[in-house]
Amino acid sequence: MSDLKHTPLEGAHQALGARLVAFAGWNMPVQYTSIIDEHTAVRSKCGIFDISHMGQFLVSGPTAEAWLNRMFTNNIAKLTPGQGQYSLMLNESGGVIDDLIAYRTSENDYFLVVNASMIDEDFFWMASHQDVECSLRNESDLWAGMAIQGPLAAEIFTKVCPGETLPPRNGIVTTADGSIVCRTGYTGEDGFEFFCANEAAVSYWGKFLAAGAAPCGLGARDTLRLEMGYPLNGNDLSPERSPIEAGLGFFCDLEKGGFIGCETLVRQKADGPSVKLTALQYSDKGPPPRAHYPVAAVTGKVIGELASGALSPSLMTGIGMAYLPAEFSKLGTSLQIDVRGRLFPATVVKKPFYKK
Amino acid sequence: MNTPTDLRYCPSHEWVRLEGDTATVGISDHAQEELTDVVFVELPAVGRTVDAGDPTAVVESVKAASDIYAPIGGDVVEVNPDVEADPSLVNTDPYGKGWIFKLRVKNAADVSGLMDAAAYQAHIS
Repeated sequence: MSDLKHTPLEGAHQALGARLVAFAGWNMPVQYTSIIDEHTAVRSKCGIFDISHMGQFLVSGPTAEAWLNRMFTNNIAKLTPGQGQYSLMLNESGGVIDDLIAYRTSENDYFLVVNASMIDEDFFWMASHQDVECSLRNESDLWAGMAIQGPLAAEIFTKVCPGETLPPRNGIVTTADGSIVCRTGYTGEDGFEFFCANEAAVSYWGKFLAAGAAPCGLGARDTLRLEMGYPLNGNDLSPERSPIEAGLGFFCDLEKGGFIGCETLVRQKADGPSVKLTALQYSDKGPPPRAHYPVAAVTGKVIGELASGALSPSLMTGIGMAYLPAEFSKLGTSLQIDVRGRLFPATVVKKPFYKK
Repeated sequence: MNTPTDLRYCPSHEWVRLEGDTATVGISDHAQEELTDVVFVELPAVGRTVDAGDPTAVVESVKAASDIYAPIGGDVVEVNPDVEADPSLVNTDPYGKGWIFKLRVKNAADVSGLMDAAAYQAHIS
């Protein structure tokens, strides 16, 4: 436990009565009141999540664009200053090391937001593949972060940051006090991610709460992202699975002139992937599906296991994603999920599970 | 925290109400508060014979599945269909409408070996 890292907001979480759990090496709030209530707050009004555990890298220099384009799947040259994009960093065989958001903050400057569990590994991978003169800095310990998500997020931003303008979707701006605002999130709702100096975190957290954002934990964060079919690295993404298999081909530019892992993706795209991350939804009521529960064909033959699963608080039914042989991934295919030896019928559905 | 004094309790947070040779079993107010949002209850088959400590039912929240253990040995004689239809009864009325199963107990005296309300309060505080 002593090895756990602590965000600057930990005291604020404790004061709110949050349950804290170890997540990716950090002591993080999993819920304050109820996962369902927090989930609903984000879908109907606005919630705020502590995302101080996430990593921030800064890359700068005239050669940075070409280098990052060899490191990541998406085409960073398409970004103008102030824009960001979802991207993936792959190993040589096309497996996913991490998914991230890359923002271009000026012509030669980039701000990368990576998963908390992968900060050290990502940084090591990038540093060891740095073949050009440019600056790569890990600033993860300097930044606190909050995700403000929900239909009222823009209104709350105006209350807390008067005089500042929220960037357009996927955009990034720096405020007068040096905070960074990104119009991105992991919930499927409008909202923004707000990064500030550690020292300013408690004050901003209090202001966002006072403006109407409900504190939300990792539990709701997981159900919200799963309802949208967004992958979670470690569950739905792994070094053994490619973005083509994960259904993330949209974020891989195979024409841009190559990147680490590209050859595998080109081949899989041409041949069609043999396995696909497949969205499943219960046909009836049943116990919440969870990661690692076996997935079976109608014959009862086990064909895979859930990478992620949950009871969807919006749909009040079980949803999940599993890597399955392509012949079982067609929309409408009837399958079964094995919960403690009992089989519950499920159907292959289109992502997202939840539509407004 | 509500801990009725007419019930007996297990360290794993089940409560027992003994009437004749029938023991009604549910989970404590403390347990439901810890679990939050109960979204699914898996009931045992009526007629099943269980020993004390056997996993007999499952209560699931959004986050986790928790086994409910038989506090004492006996035969399952009745299960609560209402908690199957509306699992939130376990949260809203844990000692009443949120009961889970009933056992015809082998040895009613076993119940007196369980914790009383005061001992259970001490156990959870």
